[in-house]
Amino acid sequence: MSDVAITKRLGTFTLDVAFEAGSGVTVLFGRSGAGKSTIVKAIAGLVNPDSGRIRIGNTILFDSDKRIDVPAQRRGAGVVFQDGRLFPHLTVRENLLYGFTRARGEKPIDLATVTGVLGLEELLARRPATLSGGERQRVAVGRALLAQPRVLLMDEPLASLDAARKDEVLPYLEALNAHFSIPVIYVTHDAGEVLRLASDVVLLANGTVAASGTLNAVTSRLDLPPEAEALGLGAVLEGRIDTHDASAGLTHVATPVGVFKVPLLAREPGTRVALRVNARDVAIALVRPEAISVQNMFDATVEEIRNPTPHVTRLALHTGEGRLLAELTADAARRLRLAPSSKVVALVKSVALAR
Amino acid sequence: MDSANAFLLTSAEQQALWLSLTVALRSVAFSLPFAVAVAWFLSRARFPGKTLIDGLVHLPLVLPPVVVGYLLLIGFGTRGPIGHWLLDTFGIRLAFTSEGASLATAVMAFPLMVRAMRLALDAVDRGLEDAARTLGAGAFDRFRTITLPLMLPGILAGGIVAFAASLGEFGAVITFASNIPGETQTLPLAIYQAIQTPDGDAMAARLALLSIILAFAGLILSEYFARRIKAMTGAT
Repeated sequence: MSDVAITKRLGTFTLDVAFEAGSGVTVLFGRSGAGKSTIVKAIAGLVNPDSGRIRIGNTILFDSDKRIDVPAQRRGAGVVFQDGRLFPHLTVRENLLYGFTRARGEKPIDLATVTGVLGLEELLARRPATLSGGERQRVAVGRALLAQPRVLLMDEPLASLDAARKDEVLPYLEALNAHFSIPVIYVTHDAGEVLRLASDVVLLANGTVAASGTLNAVTSRLDLPPEAEALGLGAVLEGRIDTHDASAGLTHVATPVGVFKVPLLAREPGTRVALRVNARDVAIALVRPEAISVQNMFDATVEEIRNPTPHVTRLALHTGEGRLLAELTADAARRLRLAPSSKVVALVKSVALAR
Repeated sequence: MDSANAFLLTSAEQQALWLSLTVALRSVAFSLPFAVAVAWFLSRARFPGKTLIDGLVHLPLVLPPVVVGYLLLIGFGTRGPIGHWLLDTFGIRLAFTSEGASLATAVMAFPLMVRAMRLALDAVDRGLEDAARTLGAGAFDRFRTITLPLMLPGILAGGIVAFAASLGEFGAVITFASNIPGETQTLPLAIYQAIQTPDGDAMAARLALLSIILAFAGLILSEYFARRIKAMTGAT
């Protein structure tokens, strides 16, 4: 567990945040100007907070009361900058090893592992100027990892890439936390990245924390915080791959809600997977429809109804052993006469669950 | 002198050429590390009185060279405070020697050298230095492995500009080191003397031509090295 609680004045802007970060990927999410990058710089030691405390694992990096301020070069914070910041006069290999040779103590992360996981073997002899944007960011991630960091800080690492390049790099980022078990603090203003990468979310607005917690806790409340609207209401279901139906192109995932059919996943049966079911992808019927394309249908009971705006209705549904969330137009909810404890059928399209 | 050896240099001319190169080379070699340090301080460090230091460094650029030579004579002459100390402690005499000529050209060329280096230094992305810092590099380590290699084109440019300026320096050299053939009489001083001498026209012309050739060679060489370094540092 790490915790960050800092204040910093920058002209008329005041940053005053406190949050905890777990061992997974903690995403700092907010519009530009919300103070996300300043937090990362403060953790890395490149910006001095006015007051507060920064603890990563068991190590205190900054504490204004105890006058602790570990210099950036000894913090062990691996930073991946938005613009990569590869050293232009060094080869990819020399870039990768820059932090490695300067790291002290045991070095469990070696060049072979990193180049393997990030797919950098072919690039080692090249110069940064000859790399594509996506390749550059992968090298930047590898360089930060090889410095044997106690925390990996990523400051909008995909923001300068186009959509195709993002999709090229994202799978590598998804694999990082599992491979290297280093906590990641990830800054972004892109909701898609949050949903794909985050285990924990910190919602930032105007230099303060609007909400924080696990992705599920933050986005599965019917009273969704306004800052989380971009992420959308949704429920994360902890599931396990049951079987693959290769001929149909579907994987069956057992969850507390029931068995979901999702587009084929390239993982072994028995593997744990988290399915995020967006509330907008859930349709409601009163009886089981026939002759319909939808693959996933679950009998459900309406637990709770909310109208965040006059024209939107949000439902919490009790299904099997679990909970699903649905978002409808208020008109649809009226036509079905939905009320707490109504018996309904929840419909979820398979393609809505594609990875 | 017949036309066959009109382009061959007399021994006096060779001496002037050789002396000029020696004086300029020594001047650049000696002042280069100082210029790098001063450029770094002016570009990166924040300290009170920075404007004053900046002005002091650039003073030779706007002062009449004769005044610089005069000030050097006062400070570094055998009776001057520094010159006296140097003579007493190390037995080094600067006034009216070729070493003194180097000092005079070094002082005159210093601002040009610092300027070129500072421009290069300002162009080095500080973000790269920050990145090196997060990767565990201390201040000197960062300078040695990131900043210095990336400002190399500027160091080269500064060195060559200073070398060219040193070859051509007249006022400060003649004031501080005088015009002694074989000791302090560099090319411009030799040209000046040749013009003053009856029948010296041919010599003056040949020396002037020599100066032009030297200048061109310097430019071409600097262009060549600048390209090599750019390729080496991956700068685009």
